[in-house]
Amino acid sequence: MSDFWSRFSRNRGAILGLVLLAAVIIVALVAPLLFPKGPWQMVQRPFLTPFATEGLPLGTDTLGRDVAAGLAYGARVSLLVGLVSTLVALAIGVPLGAVAGYYGGWVDEAAMRFTEFFQTIPNFALAIVLVAILEPTLTSITLAIAIVSWPPVARLVRAEVLSLSKREFVDAAQLAGLSNRRILLGQILPNAMSPIIVMASLMVATAILLESSLAFLGLGDPNIMSWGYMIGAARTVIRSAWWLSFFPGLAIVITVLALNLIGEGLNDAMNPHLNRKGRA
Amino acid sequence: MSDTVLRIDKLTLDLPSGADRAHAVHDLSFTLARGEVLCVVGESGSGKSMTASALMGLLPGAVKIGGGRAIFGGRDVLALPEAERRALRGAKIGMIFQEPMTALNPLMRIGDQISEVFEAHGLLTPAERRARALALIEEVGLPDPEKIIRAYPFQLSGGQRQRAMIAMALALEPEILIADEPTTALDVTTQAQILDLIAEIRQRHGMAVMFITHDFGVVAEIADRVIVMRHGEMVETGPASEVLAAPQHDYTRRLLDAIPSNAVPRPERVTAAPALEIRNLRKTYRTGGGWGRAAREVRAIDDVSLTIARGEVLGLVGESGSGKSTLGRAVVRLVDPDGGQILVGGDDMAALDADALRRARRRVQMVFQDPYASLNPRARILRSISEGPVAQGVPKRDAEARARELLEVVGLGADAADRYPHEFSGGQRQRIGIARALAMDPDLIIADEAVSALDVSIQAQVLDLLRDLRARLGLSLLFITHDLRVAAQLCDRIAVMQKGRLVEIGPVDEVFLHPRDPYTRSLLDAVPGASWADGGSPARAEAI
Repeated sequence: MSDFWSRFSRNRGAILGLVLLAAVIIVALVAPLLFPKGPWQMVQRPFLTPFATEGLPLGTDTLGRDVAAGLAYGARVSLLVGLVSTLVALAIGVPLGAVAGYYGGWVDEAAMRFTEFFQTIPNFALAIVLVAILEPTLTSITLAIAIVSWPPVARLVRAEVLSLSKREFVDAAQLAGLSNRRILLGQILPNAMSPIIVMASLMVATAILLESSLAFLGLGDPNIMSWGYMIGAARTVIRSAWWLSFFPGLAIVITVLALNLIGEGLNDAMNPHLNRKGRA
Repeated sequence: MSDTVLRIDKLTLDLPSGADRAHAVHDLSFTLARGEVLCVVGESGSGKSMTASALMGLLPGAVKIGGGRAIFGGRDVLALPEAERRALRGAKIGMIFQEPMTALNPLMRIGDQISEVFEAHGLLTPAERRARALALIEEVGLPDPEKIIRAYPFQLSGGQRQRAMIAMALALEPEILIADEPTTALDVTTQAQILDLIAEIRQRHGMAVMFITHDFGVVAEIADRVIVMRHGEMVETGPASEVLAAPQHDYTRRLLDAIPSNAVPRPERVTAAPALEIRNLRKTYRTGGGWGRAAREVRAIDDVSLTIARGEVLGLVGESGSGKSTLGRAVVRLVDPDGGQILVGGDDMAALDADALRRARRRVQMVFQDPYASLNPRARILRSISEGPVAQGVPKRDAEARARELLEVVGLGADAADRYPHEFSGGQRQRIGIARALAMDPDLIIADEAVSALDVSIQAQVLDLLRDLRARLGLSLLFITHDLRVAAQLCDRIAVMQKGRLVEIGPVDEVFLHPRDPYTRSLLDAVPGASWADGGSPARAEAI
């Protein structure tokens, strides 16, 4: 573990990503303390420019709501949707990929054709359709994002399991009379964790982007303030009130960047043999 | 010597900080004369390959030249700018590698790869290049040059690929040929042919050959002079005959002692009840086919019958592709046989269903070839060893106590249990693998090339352990190997397989001294250094 940490911390980008993400998380956590009135409350007259009014550092939007409060509450939604949808995607993709890779044959065929069925439909289009069918609530949005993002997980896990199950220690476990379930859970999957973790960190970033895009198109949960909704609502006044779309956009960029940096750092730290070759 | 072609003077190669030692090679000096074969011998990590890489300018980025010179043609090769060095490579110094499959470009025809050598140095017209390529292919003894020139590497056998590599290295008539373990990946009979070819070429072209190997048998076969290296330093050098007959340095002596000799010990004749009985076992692999095309069939096991008595060690010997590993894996049902019976303690392993098989598996355990792949990297040793017995219903505490005991038995100490595989060396991991097999209290252990990946000195230790365990625990062992010398060391009886068939089986002394099958005879003749190891005649072996 300490070995892992020392490799991770050698990557400055990863540390920066960790700091940025920590900042976003803290803001999300303390949002109710900083803005007890919530993000929907009108606090001043509309279109106040940033840094002009005391107490309203990022100005107000078209209806006089505090942009800073919107950002802080939006962070909660983005992080929550990103995290939960990734967990759900893993819960679908990991077992499916593992079973397909381990048992092979018709199980593999069936699982992979099923996966391909999802992969042939563009992610975003499918997400829009799903949200449009199920009403746009936080749950349905999260679910829609999870449903469009599990196929790559299943493919990755299948490939890992395929290669790991050819290793001799798996033969040895079979000779020891372990059941297939125990071999898969106890011997193979723990060895496939590194690439899954790396992929998951990047999936959180993608999920945040997806959620913002849906909200931007007006397919967000109408009762929840999110970054995508803020940009969407401000797009008609982008020339006269640039800050209304700029700050939520910046928040998305920072969060996604942070997650990507962390993902890359994890990748370097967990697969040292793959990544340090070219740099030595 | 007047016709010295290469003089290495106090060569030192620095390893990056954090490596297990400061220098890959330290203060190495030697000369190479025209027409001479110099063998550089050492175990893995001795710096022998690094020396060759330094000469060719192919050092990995992290390794830096710390000092010294390599004088070739009046110039220091190590100090040359990259462009001049490139001109030298191939033209003046040729190199062949261990693994001919990865050293050749898989998407290029053999003829094109040879022609490319001329092209890279801007020589000859395309037509002349082709003619030269044909001549070279013929020189290295490849059959049907017109066909070979159009073949892709995957269409050639391992030995043929190595010949193609040699043809490329010879293309520009280099003064020095560096051969880095060129026969290690090959079967014994192929190895013998390649060694002959290298000796012949040396004679015809008067080339100097720097031959890197870990095998003293190969040294005895081909070397004029020897350099023995350990931990990056030269520990001994001299004419091959002297070093082999009267080694001066302790380490050389130990290496030579560790080599399994051809002297055949008299086997114990065992007549107890069989631990394993195989009857008419068959396994055929089919690839391709469909849509009217015939499938390619490979008979991996072709009607094999044999028995192993309790307390007996049976050596199963054969070259790659002979079906010996498939046979071992079929016995434990990691491969499902097509037909035949595998009787272990009265049960037919081949006929058991999944549940019964899981319970029966305890009886036959396996020790694997690759010490790095055979242990779960994320599991502590204790778990790796005790997991099997626990799954068979042994209480966890008993299984763990037994695991610690077994670690003592295989010479590792009980505290090894709480560590992870990456903390152990290859030989130690192989001991763990043996402990894991023993933990199941099996009737029979199958060792599939269990010592092939190890250095000779480690190999000798593991063989000692197996011999000792056998004496103490009365183990029955099916010992699968490609190395006849190793088989002779340990086994009571030897079974020889070729192309899926069992061509000969008998007590070890009979098989070695009076082989009945021509294939067995050719295998024995091909063992490198055979005449040196058993004193020139089989008489000595008989005397023991």
